[in-house]
Amino acid sequence: MNKSTQIVEAGLQKRYAKEKRFRLYGLISILISLAFLVILLADIIGKGYPAFQQTYVKLDVTIDGEVLGLTAESPEDKLYSASYSKVIRNALREKFPGVTDRKQKRALSNLVSKSAAYELRDMVVENPNLIGTSGSYWFLAKDDVDVFMKGNIDRNLPESDRRIKDYQLEWIDTLVAENRLEKRFNTVLFTEADSREPEQAGIRGALMGSLYTMLITMCLAFPIGVAAATYLEEFAPQNNKWVDLIEININNLAAVPSIVFGLLGLAVYINFFGVPRSTPLVGGLVLTLMTLPTIIIASRAAIKAVPPSMREAALGLGASKVQTVFQHVLPMAMPGILTGTIIGMAQALGETAPLLMIGMIAFVSDIPQSIIDPSTVMPVQIYLWSDSPERAFTERTSAAIIVLLAFLITMNLVAIMLRKRFEKRW
Amino acid sequence: MPLNTILITLLLLLVFSYFIGKGRAIAVSTTKSNGRRNLHSLPSYYGYMVALWTVIPAIAILVIWTIFETQIVSSLTFSSLPAELQQEGQSSFGLLLNEVKNAVQSGQVDSFTDPVKIAAAERYESVRSISLLAKTVVVLGVALVCLYLGWRYIKPETQARNKVESIARWAMILCASIAILTTVGIVFSVIFESVLFFKSVSITEFLFGTKWSPQTSIRADQAGSSGAFGAVPLFVGTLLISLIALIIAVPLGLMSAIYLSEYASSRFRSFAKPTLEILAGIPTVVYGFFAALTVAPFIRNLGESLGLTVASESALAAGLVMGIMIIPFVSSLSDDVINAVPQSLRDGSFGMGATKSETIKQVVIPAALPGIIGGVLLAASRAIGETMIVVMAAGLSANLTFNPLEAVTTVTVQIVTLLTGDQEFDSPKTLAAFALGLGLFLITLLLNVIALHVIRKYREQYD
Repeated sequence: MNKSTQIVEAGLQKRYAKEKRFRLYGLISILISLAFLVILLADIIGKGYPAFQQTYVKLDVTIDGEVLGLTAESPEDKLYSASYSKVIRNALREKFPGVTDRKQKRALSNLVSKSAAYELRDMVVENPNLIGTSGSYWFLAKDDVDVFMKGNIDRNLPESDRRIKDYQLEWIDTLVAENRLEKRFNTVLFTEADSREPEQAGIRGALMGSLYTMLITMCLAFPIGVAAATYLEEFAPQNNKWVDLIEININNLAAVPSIVFGLLGLAVYINFFGVPRSTPLVGGLVLTLMTLPTIIIASRAAIKAVPPSMREAALGLGASKVQTVFQHVLPMAMPGILTGTIIGMAQALGETAPLLMIGMIAFVSDIPQSIIDPSTVMPVQIYLWSDSPERAFTERTSAAIIVLLAFLITMNLVAIMLRKRFEKRW
Repeated sequence: MPLNTILITLLLLLVFSYFIGKGRAIAVSTTKSNGRRNLHSLPSYYGYMVALWTVIPAIAILVIWTIFETQIVSSLTFSSLPAELQQEGQSSFGLLLNEVKNAVQSGQVDSFTDPVKIAAAERYESVRSISLLAKTVVVLGVALVCLYLGWRYIKPETQARNKVESIARWAMILCASIAILTTVGIVFSVIFESVLFFKSVSITEFLFGTKWSPQTSIRADQAGSSGAFGAVPLFVGTLLISLIALIIAVPLGLMSAIYLSEYASSRFRSFAKPTLEILAGIPTVVYGFFAALTVAPFIRNLGESLGLTVASESALAAGLVMGIMIIPFVSSLSDDVINAVPQSLRDGSFGMGATKSETIKQVVIPAALPGIIGGVLLAASRAIGETMIVVMAAGLSANLTFNPLEAVTTVTVQIVTLLTGDQEFDSPKTLAAFALGLGLFLITLLLNVIALHVIRKYREQYD
């Protein structure tokens, strides 16, 4: 055995150990990254899934015409303006007659949500014959009761540290014993817009806002992006200064922080052109500019992937350049273009920062009806709720995140399926 | 006619004129022998041509009119006001106009008692209705005239296809130029407001001042009225959080990329790569929520159990979560460049007896280094511009420190806080946001340009 072989042999063990270690580091870093993902998702799902249930209270309500100052024949505007909360309060007092303390009385009427009065009103307006009858109805419970029922308030804590006091606990226990508290699927979350009261707050308004915003973004970004990509790939002259400038700009815009687009929207769209603030219209316009680079870059790649033979065949049969591109190249590149567009739209759907700049952060308790109604969008709703101190809002924030992630995952799956289904190898 | 009706009418005209053009083309061609073969283009091109000619000028007029309508209507209303009110100037007029506008829109003009306001409201309403009427007449008139001209223009030898194609080409050029318009828009909007800002605050104070408290008082004797605009603490805070993010993301991302491209079986790779990329697809607001409600309390408790004082909005929490967010950027960019290193280089190294890790460390990584550095720079620019994580998890008060356990604030946080409150467009507080935006834009632009330059210049060509 010669000398250099000996040197190599001596170091071999160490080198193999190093090799193994290096490989392990790689594996560990992937596992750590994946662990982050799992922790993130588990944390959010764990926090959010209780929000899909909501506690309801059953009350025996006497809809007393005298208390309301109504009869079955009262005109509709009277029916609307009567004070139904009194009826609810009376129902609660009847249930727990022993309460005399002012503070406790207030706490008692806070067992059910303020929306109970509106629900009762709607029932009476629909059927005025209810006046003078009594019956058992289910109402939304107040958020504190809801939080307690989901086991998020520890009854063993000293009373001063609890949101729910001992007397309230007693009431809740009585109600539970009589089967008057029930957890049901939280439909409010999907039918209502934002509210200051957690139990009445829903994501419908934000979802509609997102839908309108996305519609505008889609209608603008897709045609403009495809046209720009087609021009740059198929028609643009080579070595033209103007074309180079466009390409540099597109690449740079893809990396500009999204908040800068918000500044642009504020200064140009709102202050210069006078587009109304806080509306899906201005949000869609800002997000269009933001998603354009993504769509253009993806579309260019898709168009480039169409083999030249296709173009030559069309040109050879006498088609003009424009005919070739619009009737042959673009249809063949469409799956790729659509994939890129969907990914761009998914990005836009999750974008928050630029929308804060253009006023979509406003508190909007109505569901927007058109593109020029003030509204908010899903991510901004999440941001707004995450700022609220109530425990019930934390839960709803996570639930809203779950809904948003569900949308994003669906969009990405559609994109992947599209790619798999229509992908062609030339 | 309201705007919607005009648009719908134009849409109907578009369809109508297509069929007119097509029908006319067939009609003029069949008068001669050979029938449609006399036509230069397919009949549908004549239809397209007439339709485009009808609608494009009308739309252009409509857009321009709508943009300038508000200004012209308000200036006409302004000139009708009594002379003494005109002297009070634009700002009080703006208030009056807004009031009048709201009243007109909600139909409550009767609620005014001030005769000046009633007069202004009447004037405003009449000017607006005249403008609307004139707009309708002009737009639809132009559309009809163009339709007629197009119809007259159709002859068998008219080169309709070429006309339509050149319109299509110009439309595409216009769309491509939007990228430039966007950049110009960004630059002008931030520079214009920044210049106003630098009129009241000197550039040197902004760039080198170490105190940031943008609250300017309304009265001079109020406390905290100074309004200091030294941006150094913001940039330091941004740098600190981005640095923490990079310290986490670069090793994890790079090692993941190396493992995925060099060691992993194709089955593991096809599972792990898309899963990692989910991290990049999660909205940043979700990361912010996670950072603020889970990571920050966790780090705080951990620090307290070790006897350290940790701020509840520590830079570490924001940086950590931001690091998680940019792992996939680093890993997928590095993955691409590592895969681009030709196999022959690895084979050469194996042939000399090197182990796999030695090959990677001494051959593959050096060959891929420009791409990796470019990727890291892009990730850094992403971290600097990231907003939601820091808005939700980092502090608000400017704090000049390098201690990751303390709360710091960043450029993006300040932009958001300055612009989401009540704002007036002439106070330095609001304008400061644009100056910060300018700084942010320039820094990220510089990083991107350097990154692209590094990738392009130092990339080795192996083929």
